[in-house]
Formats: sequence, structure tokens, C-alpha cells
Amino acid sequence: MAKCKFADAFKEEREKSGIGKMDDQGDPVVMLLNHKDVRKAAHNYKAFSSEAVPGRIVVPSEVNIRTTRQIPFEVDPPMHKEYRSLLEAWFKRPLQDTYKEKLTTIIGTVLDDVLSKDKVDVVSDLALVIQSRALTLLLNVPFDKSVKWISWGTHVFRSEGEALDGDKAAILYNYIDEEIDNAIANPTDNLYSTLLAAEVNGKKLTKEEVKGVLILTFAGGRDTVINALTNMMSYFSANKKALDYIRSKPEIIKTAVEEFIRYFSPLTHMGRVVTEDTTVCEHAVKADSRISLCWASANRDEKVFENPDEVILERKVNPHVGFGFSHHNCLGATHARQIMRITLKLLAEKVSDITVLEAEENIENLGEFTRKVGYNSLKATFKKR
Amino acid sequence: MAKITFITSSNEKITVAATEGSVMELAVNNNVQGIDGDCGGVCSCATCHVFVAPEDVDKVGVASEIETDMLELADDANEYSRLCCQIPVTDAIDNVVFTVAK
Repeated sequence: MAKCKFADAFKEEREKSGIGKMDDQGDPVVMLLNHKDVRKAAHNYKAFSSEAVPGRIVVPSEVNIRTTRQIPFEVDPPMHKEYRSLLEAWFKRPLQDTYKEKLTTIIGTVLDDVLSKDKVDVVSDLALVIQSRALTLLLNVPFDKSVKWISWGTHVFRSEGEALDGDKAAILYNYIDEEIDNAIANPTDNLYSTLLAAEVNGKKLTKEEVKGVLILTFAGGRDTVINALTNMMSYFSANKKALDYIRSKPEIIKTAVEEFIRYFSPLTHMGRVVTEDTTVCEHAVKADSRISLCWASANRDEKVFENPDEVILERKVNPHVGFGFSHHNCLGATHARQIMRITLKLLAEKVSDITVLEAEENIENLGEFTRKVGYNSLKATFKKR
Repeated sequence: MAKITFITSSNEKITVAATEGSVMELAVNNNVQGIDGDCGGVCSCATCHVFVAPEDVDKVGVASEIETDMLELADDANEYSRLCCQIPVTDAIDNVVFTVAK
């Protein structure tokens, strides 16, 4: 089914010049497209900084809709490491058996609900619900908090397409402010309270710093996880034998998940601000201009991946950058991987067939490129095993 | 059956044995601190970085190009670095010692 294809939008330009260019609200971006260039630039935080004006390294830029610095992702080393060390243990909790069991219950319940219906929208009835309910585990807050997050819809931080929407973003920011105030009044063992009690470099985190971590936790794992789950379902609609195959070989779930992350690349790219005049891929870039690390292009680089446009569920060596690379690699990756692995396991156990009926694709416009990143809606039928 | 020793950053020595799988899986299954193996062993995350004892380098073998590219960008990597998801457990690595990178 053509609707289930995810083409490589960057192939021609990656092979020809290694870079792409786009205008982002008057603040242009040079996109790095080769796997090697992307990884090297991601590692070189001195030349390519994340610590710009809050919102500027995100493409499209969010400078007009927020002033809070997202932590640790908009902080460079060495300070980055101080924050990251504080957060690492908390964000590794999805490796614990009790966490996995709770996540299995959450995802199993959503799948059972989907299987009881004739037709569902994978985005709003399945992926959004799993992402929101799973987030209660990551934050360690009561399950019913997810009701409100689900009501926000997929695009609470952005309007349809790419347009930034300050009013929508404000809903999230006000919500987080209120939750921080609640945690100050009544400390618990959730992420808000844990951060409010924490110290970095001998100093208590400020409310603004706590807010910066929470905004990132909400926003970073929202559309990315929703896209990854939805796109995986579309793959099974187009590849009818794949679920049976995974059921017969559950030991491939981990490699399959990494392959889906590579192939779909839920986050297309992330920007950096150039600190000194330099070159990328033999192209001059000026200080205070922006580059972006195009994970989606790097993940299809034929110099690194054999048959890059094919999904190979058992791809054994898969140095993808779907969760970013180097210092700033995705803090939520452990949680996201666990969601994907458990969903895949339960799908194989519970579902015999997924058939997509209607698809409305989510297409990103990136200067000279257009890239399908997922679906705004994906109507499908799910059959029980 | 290969007997393998890990030395963690807190200087704990853990010796375990296995007949199959990768050294990363062995470490994760035995809760060796500092080896996470987040990506499940596909050479994508570098959370299973170890140093091979110099006298064991011949037994363990050298890194592939993809592994070397990954290690090149690890701050604390040196000539004894390996990603242990890329090292299969076989009799050839019996009695080898790996020090976990920080």
C-alpha cells in the first residue's frame, strides 16, 4: 500500500552535496545530511552549540513561543552533564521489572479496547492514549492525570502542520506551573517533587529549571512516540506476514524496534547554533547561523546502511541516530524503547491483522524537501487473534 | 562455556559464565553496573563501552569499521575500547577481563 511507504526525502541532495538549505521564519538553516557529518557535528558542541536563546535550536524555531530553557537539551557541556547526571537514574527506571509490568498493563488495556471496536483511528484512539497513559509512569503521577493530556490532542504544542501556536503552548506551560506549585505545597515522590528537592552544583533547582525539564519531558516524547507507534501499525498493514513472523521469533523484538526507529526517524532533525565561522561538508557556515543535524537523512545513508529503504526486522548492526547522538542523545529513549518493545510484543500476541482504511499523511515542508513523518489520522481495523 | 570478568567503575569484580549471546547481554543479565545496552545490541547507543585487558586483545579481536566510528567519538575511548554488544561469547574469550568505561 503506497500510503504506508516512507520515502527517503533527502537521497538526491545527500549524494550530490551532503547539505540541504531551508528558511525557518527568516533564520535560515543548513541541514547536514550525511551520517558521518551528522554524528561529528552532534559531538562537536564547541563549534555547534545547543545553548542559544531558548527555542532557537529547534527547527522550526520556538523563540517566539517560549522563554523557558529546556533542560538538559538546551545546555552545553560541562553544565549539561550536571543536569544529565541528575536525571539519568530517573529516566532509566523503564528498565525495572515493576515499571515494565505496569507499562504492559497500560498498553494491553488500550489494545484490548481497540480490538473491541470495528474501526479505530490509530493516532487518536491508540497512539495518543498509550503515550499519555505511559507518561504517568515516567512522571510517577496518578493515572487519571492522563485524561487531561489525552483531551489536549496530539498537537497541543503546535497547530496543524508546522505553524507554531503560542496559545496552545501556553496551555502546557500554565499546566506545568500549576503542577509545580502543587508539588511545592504537597511534596510527593513524583518527578516534580524529586526535581524541586534536587541540587545541581550544590544549589537547589529553581522553579524555572524544573519547568524546563518538565516541558522537555512533555514535548520531546509526544509527537515522536505517537508517530513511531502509528507508523509501526501502518507497516503491519502493508506487510501482512510480519506480525506472524514476530510472534514466531519474539527474540527479534529489540532489533525490530531499532529498525523501526531508523526507518521512520520520528524526529526529522535538530538544530545547533554555529559558534565560529567554519565549514560543514565543504560549505562555509558563519558564526551565529544555524545548522541542523538531519537524523532522518543520516538514517537512510547508503554508505552506512545496506538497503536503507527496506525495513529489515533483524538488522543486526544498525548504528542509527533516531534518538540523536552523543551528549544530547534522547533522555527519554529508554522509556520510548520500552513502549515500542511492549507494544510490539502485545501486538504479536493479541492481533492477527491490521488493515488501514484511510490515511491522512503528516507531511513536513523543509525548504527544498518534503518529508512524511507520520499521519494526522490513520483509520484502520484491528482483528483479534 | 566461557568465564568472563567485568571490573566496574566502583572497582567491583564480577565473574560470570555463558555459552552464547553477546558480552553485553551477559553483562546486562548479570546487572553489571555501567553496561546498559540500551539499543539491544545493534551498535547504536554506545552504552556498553568496555576496555579489553591488553593481554586479551588478541583473543577478543578488533572492532569493525562501524564500531570504530562509534568509538572514535567517545571521549574516553582508547586503543583497548570495544562495544561489548559486538563481542560474541565463545570459548575463544574464556578468562577475558573487561573494564567497564565510565
